[in-house]
Formats: sequence, C-alpha cells, structure tokens
Amino acid sequence: MVLVNGMVTLFLAGGLFFTLVGSIGLLRFPDFYTRLHATGKCDTLGTSLILIGLIIHHLFHYSGTPLVPVRLIFLVFFIFIANPAATHALMKAAYEVGVKPWKLGDERR
Amino acid sequence: MEIRGRAKMNRGEKTFGILITFGILFLFWILLSGLFDVFHLIAGVICSGIVTLMSHDLMVKGKDEKFIGKSLRLFWYIPWELWQIVLANIDVAYRVLHPKMPIDPLLIEFETPLRSDFSLVTLANSITLTPGTITISVEPEKGTFRVHAIAKEPADALLVDQTMQRKVAEVFFVEWSGTDQPTKP
Amino acid sequence: MISIFLISSMLIIFAIFLSLYRAILGPGVFNRVAAVNVIGTKTIALLVLIGYYTERPEFFDIALLYAMLNFIGTLVFARYLERGELWS
Repeated sequence: MVLVNGMVTLFLAGGLFFTLVGSIGLLRFPDFYTRLHATGKCDTLGTSLILIGLIIHHLFHYSGTPLVPVRLIFLVFFIFIANPAATHALMKAAYEVGVKPWKLGDERR
Repeated sequence: MEIRGRAKMNRGEKTFGILITFGILFLFWILLSGLFDVFHLIAGVICSGIVTLMSHDLMVKGKDEKFIGKSLRLFWYIPWELWQIVLANIDVAYRVLHPKMPIDPLLIEFETPLRSDFSLVTLANSITLTPGTITISVEPEKGTFRVHAIAKEPADALLVDQTMQRKVAEVFFVEWSGTDQPTKP
Repeated sequence: MISIFLISSMLIIFAIFLSLYRAILGPGVFNRVAAVNVIGTKTIALLVLIGYYTERPEFFDIALLYAMLNFIGTLVFARYLERGELWS
C-alpha cells in the first residue's frame, strides 16, 4: 500500500513540475513562437503524467469499478493527439498572417 | 463552405468503411457507459447506426494495402516516440530554468517522399513532440515540411541525422534515401 | 492532514494564474489565444483531481467533454485568424 501511494505521489509531483515549467516558460520567453514551444510540449506531458498517476490510484484503491479508468486512458490519448495539433494550427495561422520570428539580439515582443 | 463531392468508392470499400466505423463507435459506447442490459445495448446500436450512416466516409478512405503490417509497425514505433517526448520535455525545462536562457530560433525546410494523409500527420505530430522543433506547414503535393527550431542542435538532429524521418518512412513501407537539404534562415 | 489532491489542486491554480498574466498582457491576439488554450488544458487536470478529492465520478465526464471543446475552440480561432472568415 505504501508502495502504491509512493508511486502516485511521484507521478503527481513530476506532472506538477512540468506544468509549472510550462507556465513559467510562457512568461519568460521573448516571442510568440518560442512560447508555443514551451507550452505545446510541457503542458501535454505534465497533464498526461498527472492523469496516469490518478489512473494508478484508482486501480488500487477503488478496484470495484474497473471501467472508469478507461475514460481517463482515452483522455490521455486524446490529449497526446489534440494538443500538438492545436499548437501546429496556431503556429501556421501566425506564419500566414505574417508575425515575424525572433532572432538573437532583438528586443522582447 | 467548401464542400467537396463524396469520394468515389466501390461497394467493397464502402462496406469495409461502414463496418469499421460502426464497430469503433459501438465499442466506445460499451466502454464509456458500463451498463450491459438490453435497453442500453439497443439504444447503443441505434445511436451508432445513425452516426455511422451520416459520416462513414470521413474516417476510412478506402482500403489501402498492408493494413495489418502498418498497424503492427506503428505499435513498434510508439515506445521510441515516448522516450523522445520525455527527452524533449527535459530539454525545454533546462532552457526555461537556466538563468541565461540559451535559445537561438531558426526556420528550416525539407522534403520527404511520404504522400498519404496518415503518414504526413504522424510525422508532423512526431516533429512537434520531439526536442526543440514544431511543424509550421505541410504541403501534400511534394511532401515539403516547414519547421521552426529553437536552437542549432535540434535543427541539426532533424536535418543532418534524419533519424525520425527514416523511422516514420520505415513504419509506412516507404523507401527513404537520405537527402541533403539546405537550411533556410 | 491535508490530502495530497488538495495541494496539487492549489499548485495547478497557481499555474493558471501565471498563464492568466500572459492572457491579459500579451501584445496581440495570438499570445492571448495560446494562453487560453493552456488554461483549458490545466482545467482538465484540475477537474479530474477535484473528482477524486470529493469522491464523485461525474467530474470525469465533464473533463472529457471540456477537452474536446477546448481543442475545437482553438482550431476555430486559428482558422478565423488565418482566413479572416470561417466559411465563405
């Protein structure tokens, strides 16, 4: 029992760390394209790690209803496919409209 | 709204599409509801049937060859992909939390011999989930990819090494000969 | 003893406030759309955590639905900003 609680805590801590790093990246980076780099990658993995930790918690503490984690597994797959697609769509729209990328030595935008 | 005409498919491919769509929708109904009495199963059959009639030609565009082989190779490709995702996030975390923030963005273009819809989408998703690169646009005519890279090393890993393109081409049974593409600033 | 789900929920709310700063400040419309997408993804994790903390399984369905709404919303925004119209 202690082992399961420890694993769930590990997954939750890892997921929270990546989510916070994604938000800090949103504030620190100097340009729109680089901010999408930070959130598109870190946010996806952070949320997925939190959800995987909660699936493990459910399978060991509430083993009477084994069909509920199927919803969470589907949510994990959906986030892995949908978040990069939304990031790519936003970046393509910005490129077509004409937002200029940032080079080393420019000022913050 | 641009509505293209329905794709011309013969009866065999249409039946295959209808069966696969109905099967997947009914499987989701059973898994997500968890109730197995007669009323809910019949309600599931009716709802899945109505949705299948309206949209069966959106999901399966005809039967392409080597379907089982491609699915098996796709399952083989996923663990390597997951390892790349973890590496990517550690890389981004390093760049965000470093006090000097070592980034140096640049734009790249290259060509691939992949032509089908599903393979282009798989490669674009993989490029977005690997360290340091995001796809900007894809052209299905010649398979051109335009990619925004955050520093020099991930851009080199994509242009010079070309490991990821080789692996995706191997999943979809496409011959890949390494080509040398110039970077576009 | 404070449950670990409560601590995680408070940390996620802190991260949402950090993204809200970019949503208010960001010069131009693209930064704001990206920040709203990030807030939507964090809300999914928050809903599932609250579902486990209060022991009510209805929150998972709401989280699934909100994930799809967030995805479609971002795609519609991107298409409108690229073309100037949704359909001609």
